[in-house]
Amino acid sequence: MNREWTPRIVAFVCNWCTYAAADLAGTSRMQQPDSVRIVRLMCSGRADPQFVLEAIANGADGVIVAGCHPPSDCHYQEGNYRAFRRFMLLRRVLESMGVEKERFRLEWISASEARKWVEVVRSMTEDLKRLGPLRRDEEGIKVE
Amino acid sequence: MNKLKVAWYWCASCGGCEESFVDLSEELVEFFESADLVFCPVATDFKKEDVERLPDASVDVALINGGIRLSEHEEMVKLLRRKSKIVVAYGTCSSWGGIPGLSNLYNKEEILRAKYLDPPSINNPTHAVPAERTRLTKLGANLELPAFLDSLLPLNAVIDVDYYIPGCPPTPEVFKNALKALISEKLPPKGSIIGASDKSLCDECPLNSTKPEKILLKELKRPHETIADAKKCLLTQGLLCLGPVTRGGCGALCIKAAMQCTGCFGPLDGIADYGGKAISFIGTIMDYSPAEEEELERAYSKIKDWVGVVYKYTLPASKLGGRVRREKTKRQEEAEIDE
Repeated sequence: MNREWTPRIVAFVCNWCTYAAADLAGTSRMQQPDSVRIVRLMCSGRADPQFVLEAIANGADGVIVAGCHPPSDCHYQEGNYRAFRRFMLLRRVLESMGVEKERFRLEWISASEARKWVEVVRSMTEDLKRLGPLRRDEEGIKVE
Repeated sequence: MNKLKVAWYWCASCGGCEESFVDLSEELVEFFESADLVFCPVATDFKKEDVERLPDASVDVALINGGIRLSEHEEMVKLLRRKSKIVVAYGTCSSWGGIPGLSNLYNKEEILRAKYLDPPSINNPTHAVPAERTRLTKLGANLELPAFLDSLLPLNAVIDVDYYIPGCPPTPEVFKNALKALISEKLPPKGSIIGASDKSLCDECPLNSTKPEKILLKELKRPHETIADAKKCLLTQGLLCLGPVTRGGCGALCIKAAMQCTGCFGPLDGIADYGGKAISFIGTIMDYSPAEEEELERAYSKIKDWVGVVYKYTLPASKLGGRVRREKTKRQEEAEIDE
């Protein structure tokens, strides 16, 4: 049996923009890889870095945080600003810990941009296929 | 009243925790009125055999400080667990890994190389590194050393831990509070952090009144770049004080010396990953919009070692535990061969 390996991507998306876009992509029957597991949050600003770490610790090969377009689409005014600043720092920390930049993405996708959502999923899946699985050295390290 | 039987063991420790015991000073007299030390390698000459001879569950409290780095530590804490009713992780290393836990960014080979082969100050022509067993041919004997583990582990990764006393090291005040909790009629629930506060450091910080409602920073400063005003919230001065996400109880000692909190009392209740929470909080106070990506990168690049900032004391207990390595581990390779 030689099935092609598909990466596992966890996407933390905001209720108002990106989730609606992903939903639209589905109802419009757009073709997309089945590599993404979506976690719907009220706002990308709710995407606590701890969630991202938890996803990686539990076997995600890549993580997407996506929300409404800045500067003024955010339902909560500045949630996407916070998502952006946290993302920039978390990506730095993850890189020092051996997680490549390509494995962690921040995207702005509005409710009407179903096509963009599909494109993001597709290109990230391709990137991760190139990088291969994120292997954790679990020897002696307890991952809860 | 029967005296409390206390055992104290040190693992990968710097000596600070032991020092904090001595810092009880006059109150040591009081301590010894209510407690007996049955095992304490730093101060008394008991051996492992003496502990083995004790009946199981005969020690009332075992205080264990330092992280687990050697097979010897593993062996001793398992023994102490068997002999003790209550096991307390004493200090930050034992609770979450502490500063030596940052070594989990490297694997065993890299650490031994950096320590024994690469340092310019070491002359090691035979490339000798500590081995678990060395054959001494002339003597016809084997020399054995404890194994160096693959990573540093917090105590609860090896044995069941009842309570945690935070601090690097815990202050005498924290230690006294913890002792009080341990000898009280009603013990705190298992897994509790004892001796410290349930609130963040900011709550007890003497500079809290100078903290504005909203902090927004354009620039981060490292301690050597500025002379901090000791009367004004350090965060507002650009110093990365981790007080908001760190447990209080230390009495804000560093803050009183105009030094920002680096997080040695560890996470507050409800924080699963200290570094993740610290990143979350730092993201909140940086004053940049998504249109200013380059500027934000520049501001962040001012701090050279972010892992060392956000995970200074808690890397081994974090979600990822250390570096996520891409190399296959031996176990994975073996599993693949088995398939």
